[in-house]
Amino acid sequence: MKYERDPERIRRVLGDKVQFIQGDIAVAYGGLLAGVGFFGGYPITPASEVAEGMARMLPRVKGTFIQMEDEIGSMAAIIGASWGGQKTMTATSGPGFSLMMENYGYAIMTETPCVIANVQRTGPSTGQPTLGAQGDMMQVRWGSHGDMVAIALCPSTVQECLDMTIECFNLSEKYRHPVVLMTDGEVGHLREKVIIPDEDEMELFERIPATIDKDKFIPFTNSQTRDSKVPDFPAFGTGYRTYVTGLTHNKMGYPATDKQKDHEELITRIITKITDDREILTDVEEIELEDAEIAFVTYGASARPAESVVRMGRKNGIKIGMLRIKLAWPFPRRVINELSKKVNTIIVPEMNLGQMVHPITEYADAGCKIVSAQKIGGEMHLPDELYKILEAEL
Amino acid sequence: MKEMMNANELRKKYLVEDMMPTIFCNGCGHGNALDYVFWAMEELELDLDKVAFTSGIGCSSRIPGYINADGLHTTHGRALAFSTGLKAARPDMDVIVFTGDGDCTGIGGNHFIHAARRNIDITVILLNNFIYGMTGGQQAPTAPIGSIATTSPYGNIEQAFNICELAKALGAAYVARWPVSHPYQPIKSIKEGIQKEGFALIELMSPCPTAYGRRNKLGNIEKLWQWYDDNTILMEEYDKIMDYGTEEEKEAIKSMIQIGVFQDEEKPGFFEAYDELVDRLIEIDDKKAQGGK
Repeated sequence: MKYERDPERIRRVLGDKVQFIQGDIAVAYGGLLAGVGFFGGYPITPASEVAEGMARMLPRVKGTFIQMEDEIGSMAAIIGASWGGQKTMTATSGPGFSLMMENYGYAIMTETPCVIANVQRTGPSTGQPTLGAQGDMMQVRWGSHGDMVAIALCPSTVQECLDMTIECFNLSEKYRHPVVLMTDGEVGHLREKVIIPDEDEMELFERIPATIDKDKFIPFTNSQTRDSKVPDFPAFGTGYRTYVTGLTHNKMGYPATDKQKDHEELITRIITKITDDREILTDVEEIELEDAEIAFVTYGASARPAESVVRMGRKNGIKIGMLRIKLAWPFPRRVINELSKKVNTIIVPEMNLGQMVHPITEYADAGCKIVSAQKIGGEMHLPDELYKILEAEL
Repeated sequence: MKEMMNANELRKKYLVEDMMPTIFCNGCGHGNALDYVFWAMEELELDLDKVAFTSGIGCSSRIPGYINADGLHTTHGRALAFSTGLKAARPDMDVIVFTGDGDCTGIGGNHFIHAARRNIDITVILLNNFIYGMTGGQQAPTAPIGSIATTSPYGNIEQAFNICELAKALGAAYVARWPVSHPYQPIKSIKEGIQKEGFALIELMSPCPTAYGRRNKLGNIEKLWQWYDDNTILMEEYDKIMDYGTEEEKEAIKSMIQIGVFQDEEKPGFFEAYDELVDRLIEIDDKKAQGGK
């Protein structure tokens, strides 16, 4: 049977409005609320709970859950189902995310909406399966071969796991791009209170379906019905008879493997359809920045100890503030540049050996000192550790 | 019986003229296979708006681009995983996969195993030409022992993959193998495969004179077609000789490639089973909802 979102059934399956749950389960809740009709997944720590949640809930709302043979297959299946016109999702962690890179690139090239939750753990390779990390922040941006951009969101709380999963679907549908929730083992396994938004408390964006005359429809070019670089979506089975290929293709979707202009035009469009909206996409939280002289720039789990340090510092009269990046890619260039002109020093705590500190350095004013506060091995920074780093910069 | 179309009418209905000419070399069997699929669809009177063609990478995987229907030309070896998702989203559509021996059983072997094991309701047209043709003639998992390829320049020493036997062991609903050199059996099997609930595999032996034939003294297409006749045997014939033949007769056929219908079973496809599961859960949930808490 073909999936149709049924709010009443979804809410019946989700249960109480206020719950105390894990981040991973909140991701599954977010997917269900957004209207996911197909989930393909493969077991992997610390992301398995997302698939388990989907296996439990999705059949009860008439959606399809399949445990695929591997993460390559999971990614492939969600793209196939997306061309069938459904909202689709998978969840994984580092080793699986590496396997997904092949079809992540395919989804980018073919402008296929879908959502991936990457519950990050340490790496490279198998690393520390049960422990959180933020080591894939560059992989999500650059991991596929060729020129690409990413849309990636970083939740810091369990509530954000739910809310941002919905947001991932909205952005994915809007831009026809695979959108990645870059959560991690800490937030994924953390239990916190979540409030399930009511129907009227959520905004859901659906991909714009192709509607114009079939003979006049051009599948891979600017929208023919709106002022947008995102083409209207000709779901399979709707009579548009669209050919979809990962090869460089012309506007009609036919392979154009030896044509420089076609390649340039295609890749430029699928990148700028997102980067043109950098300002619209920018999503940051500012804490105590009004008079700050020094600031943390954080994202995801690392924001939690950093926020404590801001409170500690303020108590002790230190003019410390924090900028929390909620949407990491496309990178919020302007916000970082403006902050760097306001404060003397930016400290970037990360659970890796320095990843987001690179674009921060790239877009910060040369007069601002950038400090990379690194911690690996599957442990978060303790507030005391961060406080010492802060003190050293005063 | 439906009135037969001539080849030109068939071409007009099913082919994308903008994509002509095809990438296929002279003597390639893939065009024959495509033709057989057209005949099968025509006889089944399929609505082209409700059929999707998927493929991976390789010469055979270019075929969906030539068909006037929805087509998903995916990554190398992954077509069956993509198709699994597509079929889940659109169970009302027929999904027909074009794949090659390297695509399906080399890089895509794992997806093949699991799509067949799950009995996913799709039809797989596997064009086996014993070689990686598009990349210039490297050794395939299906290459006969002793055959020459650019990466087995001194002759292949690996056992060839028996794809149909594997699919049969995995419980695929329908499994058949035919050379493209005779049209009627392939067309019949393609029809049966499309109509079958569950996973249908039709392996078509398709000659590649350019990348395989030339290096193996079979560059002339007539020789390749003759090779099929000399080296294949109907499975019923094979069994008969193995049961009742003389030692000489057995020796003569033991390394021949068996052709025919390997498996033809009625059993629920994956999505039928899934729908039953959903119905069961919905019934329980609805009962609970009606009865209050």
